[in-house]
Amino acid sequence: MTTTQDAKLTEFEDNDQKPVGFGRMLRKEDARLLRGRGRFVDDVQLPGMLHLAILRSPFAHANIVSIDTSAAEASPGVKAVVTGETLKGLGLAWMPTLSNDVQAVLATDRVRFQGQEVAFVVAEDRYQARDALELIDVEYEVLEPVVDVRKALSPDAPVIRTDLEGKTDNHVFDWETGDEEETNRVFASADVIVKEDIVYPRVHPAPMETCGSVADFDPVEGKLRLWSTTQAPHAHRTLYAIVAGLPEHKIQVIAPDIGGGFGNKVPIYPGYVHSIVGSIVTGKPVKWMEDRSENLISTGFARDYIMRAEIAATREGKILAIRTNVLADHGAFNGTAAPVKYPAGFFGVFTGSYDLQAAHCKMTAVYTNKAPGGVAYACSFRITEAVYLVERIVDALAYELQIDPAELRLKNFIQPEQFPYTTKTGWVYDSGDYEPTMRLAMEMAGYDELRKEQAEKRARGELMGIGIAFFTEAVGAGPRKNMDILGLGMADGCELRVHPTGKAVVRLSVKTQGQGHETTFAQIIAEELGIPPADIDVLHGDTDNTPFGLGTYGSRSTPVSGAAAALVARKVRDKAKLIASGMLEVSVADLDWVKGAFQVKGDPGRSVTIQEIAFRAHGAGDLPDGVEGGLEAQICYNPSNLTYPHGAYICVVDIDPGTAEVKVRRFIAVDDCGTRINPMIIEGQVHGGLTDGVGMALMEMISFDEDGNCLGASLMDYLIPTALEVPDWETGYTVTPSPHHPIGAKGIGESATVGSPPAIVNAVVDALKPFGIRHADMPLTPSRVWDAMRGQATPPI
Amino acid sequence: MQVTMTVNGTEYTREIEGRMLLVHFLRDVLGLTGTHWGCDTSNCGVCVVWLDGEPVKSCTVLAAMAGGHEVRTVEGLANGAELDPIQEGFRQCHGLQCGFCTPGMLMTCRALLDKNPDPTEGEIREAISGQICRCTGYSSIIRSVRWAAVHEASSAQEEVSAQ
Repeated sequence: MTTTQDAKLTEFEDNDQKPVGFGRMLRKEDARLLRGRGRFVDDVQLPGMLHLAILRSPFAHANIVSIDTSAAEASPGVKAVVTGETLKGLGLAWMPTLSNDVQAVLATDRVRFQGQEVAFVVAEDRYQARDALELIDVEYEVLEPVVDVRKALSPDAPVIRTDLEGKTDNHVFDWETGDEEETNRVFASADVIVKEDIVYPRVHPAPMETCGSVADFDPVEGKLRLWSTTQAPHAHRTLYAIVAGLPEHKIQVIAPDIGGGFGNKVPIYPGYVHSIVGSIVTGKPVKWMEDRSENLISTGFARDYIMRAEIAATREGKILAIRTNVLADHGAFNGTAAPVKYPAGFFGVFTGSYDLQAAHCKMTAVYTNKAPGGVAYACSFRITEAVYLVERIVDALAYELQIDPAELRLKNFIQPEQFPYTTKTGWVYDSGDYEPTMRLAMEMAGYDELRKEQAEKRARGELMGIGIAFFTEAVGAGPRKNMDILGLGMADGCELRVHPTGKAVVRLSVKTQGQGHETTFAQIIAEELGIPPADIDVLHGDTDNTPFGLGTYGSRSTPVSGAAAALVARKVRDKAKLIASGMLEVSVADLDWVKGAFQVKGDPGRSVTIQEIAFRAHGAGDLPDGVEGGLEAQICYNPSNLTYPHGAYICVVDIDPGTAEVKVRRFIAVDDCGTRINPMIIEGQVHGGLTDGVGMALMEMISFDEDGNCLGASLMDYLIPTALEVPDWETGYTVTPSPHHPIGAKGIGESATVGSPPAIVNAVVDALKPFGIRHADMPLTPSRVWDAMRGQATPPI
Repeated sequence: MQVTMTVNGTEYTREIEGRMLLVHFLRDVLGLTGTHWGCDTSNCGVCVVWLDGEPVKSCTVLAAMAGGHEVRTVEGLANGAELDPIQEGFRQCHGLQCGFCTPGMLMTCRALLDKNPDPTEGEIREAISGQICRCTGYSSIIRSVRWAAVHEASSAQEEVSAQ
C-alpha cells in the first residue's frame, strides 16, 4: 500500500507527465471545450428544425376537466399542439419508469405533481413555442395534495395513483434486509443504545446543462435520430424501442457532449418522448430544451429518506449492531433508478465500514404529490443515504460514550485480513485496509492539534467543530446474475481496433459527462498495449457506432467499462502475440511482452513493436495458421462483484455565534479507489463531490409548501455552492486494489459526494456540543443552526 | 428590428425581435454556440460574455442593448491555434470537466487578469462567485487562473528582456 498526500500542482511546470499508460495526463477532450467548440445538445442545429415547449401543471394535484388548444394552434409559427388525449390515441400517453412503474408522458386524467407535463407546442422558434403555451386554456379541478410524507399512508389520505387499477392507498413497496430477530436480540443485551431520527432531505443534481433532446425522424428511412442529454444512450435506445414501438435498429441515440449529469440524466423524461412525437407529427427535426425551473421541478430528484437510526454498543465502544426504519418519498411516480431487485438501491451498505454482529433495515416507500425521481445524485444507488445514516449515528454514539469519534471508528473497523468481508446485510466487500487511510487523514489534518485548538476556542466561547466520516461505497453495478434495469443486464461492451499504422480506436458503451473518458480509457488501452494515448481515439455516446452497455452512473464506468477496455486490449495483445511469433519465427512461449513490443526471451534485440505487428496484421504475406487478418477484438464484460472504494474525510468548521453561519475552514479527503489511472482526473472527481457535499449539508434542499408548490424552483431558491462557500480542498490517497478488477481499479466518481455530507454535519454538530446538541438535520443553513443553538432543532420536512 | 454589433472583431447586422436575448442571438442567430444558457436568473454564469470589455450575463441582456457595442465570446479568446494563457491554464490545471460552465468562467477570469494580473486566491474566488461549476469544486479553477497569471508575468518579463 502506498499512502500519500496529493502533490499540489505547481504554478510553473507543465503538468503533463505524458504517460504511455497510467499517470497524470492532460485531457484530450479539453481542446474543443476550451475553444467553445464542444457540441452539446442545444448546439445541434438541423435544417428546418422546430422548437418544442411544454405546458406544465401549476397544481400538485388536480383533475383535468378540459383543455382548449385552439388559440395556441392559431398562434404565429405554431406547427403542432399535442395533449394527453392525442397521445392516448397513439398509445403513448404512458411510459415505463426505470422501476417498472408507469409515468404519464402527458397527463390525461389528472396531474399529480406541480410541473407535470400537460401539453406541448411545436413552433418555428423557441419564443413562439413559449408564446403559444400561454394560449392553452386548461380547466383544473384542484384536489387535496399529499405533501407530508408521514401522512401519505393515513387512511384519509387522497389516493394519488388512481390510474393503477385497484390502488386504494399511496403505498409503493416495503423492503427489508438483514436479520431482524438476531438484531433485536443483540440490541436487547447491549450496554448502550443510541437512537436518532435523521432526515436526508430531497435534493436535486442540477447539472449546469439542463435536459433536452433533438429528434429527427426520417419517414422514408423509418429512422429516428435522437440527440439527447443521456448518461445511458444504449439503455435509452432499447426503452424507446419498447415505448414507441419503433424497431431498435432504426433508432440512433446520440449523447454528444453532456454538461454534467450526476444522475439527473439517467431516466427517460417525458420531454424526450415529446420531441420524438413532435418530429413524427411534423415531419421535421424538433428540439426540446428545458429551462432551469423545469429542470428543478420536474426531473429526477435525489434522496428524500426519513430514517430512524439505532446503534447498539458496549460501554467500551464496541459497536454491535445497527437497525433502521426508513420512510422513503418516491413522489408521484416511482422513477427510482436502481437495479430491479434493489428497490432501495444499495442502501444495504448502511452497516458501514464496521465489523458488526447484526444489522436490520425495514423500509416503506410511498407516493406523494411531488416530482418523480429517486435518482442517485452523484452517488451509487442510495449509498449516500446509507453512509450518512451510519456515520451520523456512529458520531451520536461517540457523543454518548464521550469517546473521540476517530478513536471509536478505529476501534470498530473491519480488519484487512477479514476481506473479502460479507456484511450482515449480505454485501461482499472486495478489499479494504481502513486504518492507514484514517491515519493519513488524521495526520494531514493535524487532528490532535485541531482538538487542542478547539478546546482553547471553546473556553473562549468560540464555535469550532471537527467532523469525521469514514465510508465504504459499493459501486460498479453490476453482476448480471442479480442486477438488471428493466431486464437489461448491467454488463458493458467494448470494441478495440488497431489500424495498420498502429493507431487505435476504442468504442465504449459508457458515456462521459465530464469524467474524462476520452483520456482515461485511452490510458487504459495505452497501459495494456503500449500505444501512446494520443494515438488512441475513444468513441462513445452514439448507439450506431458503439457496443451495447448500460451507461455511466453509479461510478460504474471504471469498474465495469474500464475492465472491459483492459480485457479487450489483452485480447488484442494475445492476437498480436501470435502474429509476432510468426514475424520473429519463434513459438509464442518464447516471447516476452515489454510494454509496446514482443521480444524473444533471452534475446531482447529481436523484437517487434505493436505498431509493426499491426501493419503485418493488415499487410501482405502469410499469418500464422488459424490467425485472421486485422487486429481487433470485442468483449462484453460482466463484473463478478461490485468494487468497494473507501475513504476518510475530516472537516473543520467555524460557526459565527452571532449569525449561526457555518464556514467550512478546511476539508481533508483521503480516498482509496484502488489502482489510480489518472491522478489529476481522480482529484478533480473528488473536488467536485466535496462541493456537492457542502451544498447538501449546508445549502441545498427541494422543499414544498402545504399546497405542494415547489419552493426550490430556481437557482435563486435552490442554492448551490459557489467558490465563496468552499475551501481549498486537501486530498490524499491510499491504494488497495480490487482483487477481481483486471487492473485493480475501483470507482471514484462519487466517493466524495457520499462521504462529505456526514463529515460536514458531524463537524457542525461537534461545534454545537456546548449547546448539548447531538443531532441536527441538513441543510444546516444559518436559520436552522440558529434554531439548533436555541435547542429548537427541527427536521426540515 | 435591426441590430448591428461587433462580435469577436466582426461586425454583424441582423433583423431580430426586440425581445431576443443576447445569448440566443449569439447562439441561434450567429451560431456561436460556445456561450451557453443555464438558468434564466443570472445565477449560474454559463452565459458570460464581454460587452465593451466587461463581463455580462448574456441571458439577461437583450440583443438590442448590445447594438453598437462590442461583444467578445469564448470563440474570440484563442489566437488561431494558440490558446490564450487563461485557456492554457485551465488545460494545465484541470480547470474544467464537463466544459459547460467553462466558456463563462474563461471570460470572467480573462477579465480579472486584465484588471489584476496577480490576483490572490480570495480575489479569484470573489471574481467567479457569480458563476457555478458543478464539477470542479473550484480549487482547480483557482489554480488555473494562477497558472495563467504566473505564465503571463514570465512571458511579459521575457519580452522586456528581449527588448
